[in-house]
Amino acid sequence: MAESLDQIFVSLKRWLLGFVPAGDVQQLASAILSLLPILIVFPTLFAITTLLERKGLGRIQNRYGPNRVGPFGLLQPAADGLKALTKEDLVPYAADKIVHFLAPVVLVIPVFLSFAVLPVGRNMVAVDIDAGLLFFFAVGAATELSVFMAGWSSRNKYALLGAMRAIAQMVSYEIPLILSSVGVVMIVGTLSPVKIVEAQGTYNGLLPDWFVFTPWGLVGFIIFMIAAAAESNRSPFDLPEGESEIIAGYFIEYSGFKFALFFLAEYLGMFAISGLGITLFLGGWNAPAEWLTWIPSWAWFFLKLLAIILVFIWIRGTVPRLRMDQLMNLAWKFMIPMVLINLVGAAVWHFMQPGLARWFVSIVLVLGPYLWLGKTLFQHQHLAKRTYRFAD
Amino acid sequence: MTIPFLIIAILTIAAAVAAMTLRNLVHCALAMAVAFGGLALLYLQLDAQFVGFTQVLVYIGAVAILLVFAILLTRGGEAPEKSVFSVSWLWGGAVTVAVFATLAWAIKNSFASQLEPAANVEATVKQIGDALMTKFVLPLEVMGLLLTAALIGAVIIAMRDEMKK
Repeated sequence: MAESLDQIFVSLKRWLLGFVPAGDVQQLASAILSLLPILIVFPTLFAITTLLERKGLGRIQNRYGPNRVGPFGLLQPAADGLKALTKEDLVPYAADKIVHFLAPVVLVIPVFLSFAVLPVGRNMVAVDIDAGLLFFFAVGAATELSVFMAGWSSRNKYALLGAMRAIAQMVSYEIPLILSSVGVVMIVGTLSPVKIVEAQGTYNGLLPDWFVFTPWGLVGFIIFMIAAAAESNRSPFDLPEGESEIIAGYFIEYSGFKFALFFLAEYLGMFAISGLGITLFLGGWNAPAEWLTWIPSWAWFFLKLLAIILVFIWIRGTVPRLRMDQLMNLAWKFMIPMVLINLVGAAVWHFMQPGLARWFVSIVLVLGPYLWLGKTLFQHQHLAKRTYRFAD
Repeated sequence: MTIPFLIIAILTIAAAVAAMTLRNLVHCALAMAVAFGGLALLYLQLDAQFVGFTQVLVYIGAVAILLVFAILLTRGGEAPEKSVFSVSWLWGGAVTVAVFATLAWAIKNSFASQLEPAANVEATVKQIGDALMTKFVLPLEVMGLLLTAALIGAVIIAMRDEMKK
């Protein structure tokens, strides 16, 4: 029973493929049936997340959030979608028309592509390729150019500023993002997300063998999630949008459905990168305990994804936005050295015999650099209580 | 010559031609990025996954970004008033043809063109990694040293000159 529920979507696809004549047509149908769920599930999750986020932020800010459309405001995403569809599509007179039109399209395509290599359940991955992780980062890198296209083609100084900020931020945080996942690749010895998940599928009695429960994995996971927040322009790294300074950043000159596409791409990018974090460090679709394996694997993946989304919403509601120099200092002076030392930690973990000594050495290799980096970085900073000239 | 190869080749060459002839520099850079993407597709079509994805990651993700940054930081990004065609193009074209002919001749006569293509090679990422860490470890380290030197040099050039103040 549990087995069939776990494989329900896989068997559904097989059953549907039975109606198609074998050959090229069947291969095409198989590809479509693998990709269609991605095109349906994740945008639906996007709709749910916008509602959750507005509700959650409302709660944090001591207000109700959307509560007019439908019971408890549940139909708000539908209303938002309709509004975006019916709004006038404005293109600035001075804008570079073609590039302005292409930018949102070019942004959405790689974001959807990145879901193709994420294993969302046992035997549930659209494309199982040997270099899946590299594919994920490659298509992720392609989004930077479309952000630039949007900012530059709008012929608006705020848009260009936002695009410059976004690119500087994405380029800087891509390095810790990739380096933190290199540790996992070193331990598992493969770039295939499917095999990385399978490597985390055992239980040692107390905890599952997820990489987050090792010293290097914990550091890797935290750095990965910080970099993921920065890559997807989430608060506290939402400088490229900075509503109060540059209004909306690179998509300021977009309206109607093009604006909705930017919004969609941003959230889908967040889901994709969180899904990768789950795959690399949180055991992918594996259940957290052996007696919980009767719950289908895909349910675990989406539960973990929802948990990470909730943490992102929580962070957005509580942490103020960073300044540009703070943002860069965090990435280049703290996260990159930390993640490089962490790679050594992962190597030591790999080559030492399992036991208490390995834990001790690994924890020292994590805590030592952390304290040392923190101390040296704060040495020349005179931190004191901020005084305000007019507000006190 | 298969149909996918034809499509990729036409896309790459068209993008490269656009990168040469478009008047707006930013458009040229974007066309260049498309050409990089076409090359990546070509690698993927040859089953070289690692090279193909690295091409996207490095060239579209980094080099193209560097190009647009350089364009935006050095000039206004405005389209030039007069046509980009000029007489010196004739000389440039002649030099290009000469270089291409030399390279083509050298490749045609080199030992690499005499080698039979091995059937069904599957170069996994693991094999590439093994080769880089054993057989080609010296070139890899030399490249690393070179890049580090370039990085430090760039930082030193960009560093503020505190002595003059």
